Amino acid sequence: MNFIVCIKQVPGTTDVKIDPKTNTLIREGVESIVNPFDSYAIEEGLRLKERMGGKVTVISMGPPQAESALREALSMGCDEAVLLTDRAFAGSDTLATSYTLACGIKKIGEFDLVICGKQAIDGDTAQVGPGIAEKLGVPAITYVKKIEEIDQARIKVERMMEEGYEVIETNLPALITVVKEINEPRLPSLKGMVRARKAEIHMWTASDIECEKSKIGQAGSPTIVNKIFTPPPRKGGEVLLGDPEEQAEKLVDKLRQAKVI
Amino acid sequence: MEYFLSEEQKMICELARRIAEEKIKPVREHYDETEEFPWPIVEELAKADLCGVYIPEEYGGTGGGVFELCLAVEELCKIDGGIALVLAATALATFPIMLFGSDEQKKKYLPDIAAGKKLAAFALTEPGAGSDATAIQTTAKKEGDSYILNGTKCFITNGGEAQVYIVIAMTDKTKGSRGASAFIVEKDTHGFSFGKKEKKMGIRGSATRELIFNECKIPKENLLGREGQGFIVALKTFDVSRPGVAAQALGIAAGALEDAINYSRERVQFGQSISSFQAIQHLLADMATEVEASRALIYTTARMIDKDPKIRVTKEAAMCKLFASDVAMKVTTDAVQVYGGYGYMREYPMEKRMRDAKITQIYEGTNQVMRNEIALALIKEAARAKK
Ligand SMILES: Cc1cc2nc3c(=O)[nH]c(=O)nc-3n(C[C@H](O)[C@H](O)[C@H](O)COP(=O)(O)OP(=O)(O)OC[C@H]3O[C@@H](n4cnc5c(N)ncnc54)[C@H](O)[C@@H]3O)c2cc1C
Ligand SMILES: Cc1cc2nc3c(=O)[nH]c(=O)nc-3n(C[C@H](O)[C@H](O)[C@H](O)COP(=O)(O)OP(=O)(O)OC[C@H]3O[C@@H](n4cnc5c(N)ncnc54)[C@H](O)[C@@H]3O)c2cc1C
Repeated sequence: MNFIVCIKQVPGTTDVKIDPKTNTLIREGVESIVNPFDSYAIEEGLRLKERMGGKVTVISMGPPQAESALREALSMGCDEAVLLTDRAFAGSDTLATSYTLACGIKKIGEFDLVICGKQAIDGDTAQVGPGIAEKLGVPAITYVKKIEEIDQARIKVERMMEEGYEVIETNLPALITVVKEINEPRLPSLKGMVRARKAEIHMWTASDIECEKSKIGQAGSPTIVNKIFTPPPRKGGEVLLGDPEEQAEKLVDKLRQAKVI
Repeated sequence: MEYFLSEEQKMICELARRIAEEKIKPVREHYDETEEFPWPIVEELAKADLCGVYIPEEYGGTGGGVFELCLAVEELCKIDGGIALVLAATALATFPIMLFGSDEQKKKYLPDIAAGKKLAAFALTEPGAGSDATAIQTTAKKEGDSYILNGTKCFITNGGEAQVYIVIAMTDKTKGSRGASAFIVEKDTHGFSFGKKEKKMGIRGSATRELIFNECKIPKENLLGREGQGFIVALKTFDVSRPGVAAQALGIAAGALEDAINYSRERVQFGQSISSFQAIQHLLADMATEVEASRALIYTTARMIDKDPKIRVTKEAAMCKLFASDVAMKVTTDAVQVYGGYGYMREYPMEKRMRDAKITQIYEGTNQVMRNEIALALIKEAARAKK
């Protein structure tokens, strides 16, 4: 079977700076890592391959340095890697990103299952997975915490809910996004790292993937970012001291003052 | 200091560091407290291909040498000085197969060891024969196509857990030091059992156990090298394995230093971080200098061994072990000092390092024995130069 895993390279820290002029992230000089949720996607792809045979292809859209994220995936055991990279992709929002990745996946060819992370830790929208499924015309199941059954034609999964989970079954090909409860990602192996260092990464530009110019990059991105700001941190709470009775009394007073009760 | 590591060597360091940080750090206290054997970590090392870093590719390893082993051991020991022994003590017992084994023996044992499916142990020490190894009493008597082993080995690292044992036994007591031979004995061989498991001061995640041979019959194909070569096997093995023990000591010291530096910057007394006190600064400066000197000595020796296996390195290997272990003892003691009272508490990782460091001055030859060997080599060299 053919498994395709979408991975995004993200900054290794949560305090990224925003360029005040363009309202975009300043990515220079920040250490990059594989989006943590995508490591679970990679691991699940590898486990499926080990169980069912076949191939795992990783794909990413990003600047040339995203190559290192793909090599990490290869060192864990993925078979092939594709990087969609072109200045024309710059400025993509989730819609354009989904479209571009879907075009890339179509170019890879036959696939049975696409696996994404639940969300990227920088963009955080969780839209790209379902977006890709839409463009590919396949069913999407988000927040998968366990694959219960899978064969050549169908997949049955547990989908994480706030309380409990849903069991969903669908036809293949399909797309799933996974949560961290699904597995524990492996570390790379030395032989894998050596192989990954030498492996060829397929670099595809806009003209390689048969996409419409109007649907990629800035042109294909209806999202307009007006303002980005960090909300002010919440002020520290107040601790009410005394024995339980006194505390309760003080609390009721406060709540009355605040007109909550 | 820049040691110009190759890409692959850097990868080994990175992988070992990740395993140490992500897999060992969360459980190091557990293994120290319980003295259980860290099988889950063996599995991690195996999956990462780190069990075969010093084994040739044709036998399933990744084709490195003593240097690669040292790099992996150092990184692992920065976090835990005991658990890495699953790797280092296995190497101690794998080197004799690599150095003296027949093609069949290599094919039979090396691939499983490289894949981490089997651990190995090296058994020389006996209750009455520590520093004086030639006093061993375990015998191996040839009978037809077999050898029959009788005797007891003690303090054997990986004992009870390893599948493959290299055992030094007397085949002819009348020949003294030329009467010993080396054998490969597999776990579960009839007549081979395990005795007392030691409770130790440090490296408690490492198993140290007694081996008991009682009419233990092994096929004659399990003789390693030739009859009478037993102590030569042991000595040549120590020449290549001692840098590994030194790397263990180096890792323990380097880990202690790193933590001590960070702690000194965070701990505030008299309104300032203790790193602003010159007394602490000088401690750290000495620690760092000694750690770097032992690293340089070990790396250079390991590279020498890998570059030309024919060069005799007894002296240098002994220097590595002697120096790095003394440094580790001193540096970990000083690191506890930097931590003050917190360093003495088991909640912090420092007192354990001090306990772990101590063993490196004792095993694979005590440091007194190391000095004897270095001096002997010096005198021999001088005598040769005179001629
Ligand atoms: C308000 C806002 C501001 C933004 N600002 C910037 C900015 O300043 N600079 C900038 O570069 N981008 C910016 N974008 C981000 C850009 O639109 C998204 O990074 C991108 O579309 C992916 O969305 P996401 O990060 O939310 O991923 P999600 O939808 O959260 O990702 C879900 C999963 O989709 C897959 N996936 C996502 N992206 C990729 C990819 N590129 N390649 C392969 N797989 C992928 C992964 O499996 C991932 O786990 C912004 C987006 C928004 C909404
Ligand atoms: C945790 C642990 C793991 C071990 N693992 C193994 C293993 O895997 N395989 C194995 O074969 N052995 C192993 N050993 C044994 C170890 O190698 C011996 O303990 C060591 O060689 C010292 O021998 P001994 O304990 O009998 O001390 P002794 O030889 O009795 O020494 C006692 C003291 O006398 C000093 N001394 C002895 N002779 C001289 C001399 N000629 N000149 C100056 N000083 C001298 C020593 O330096 C020491 O200070 C292990 C030991 C320990 C504690």
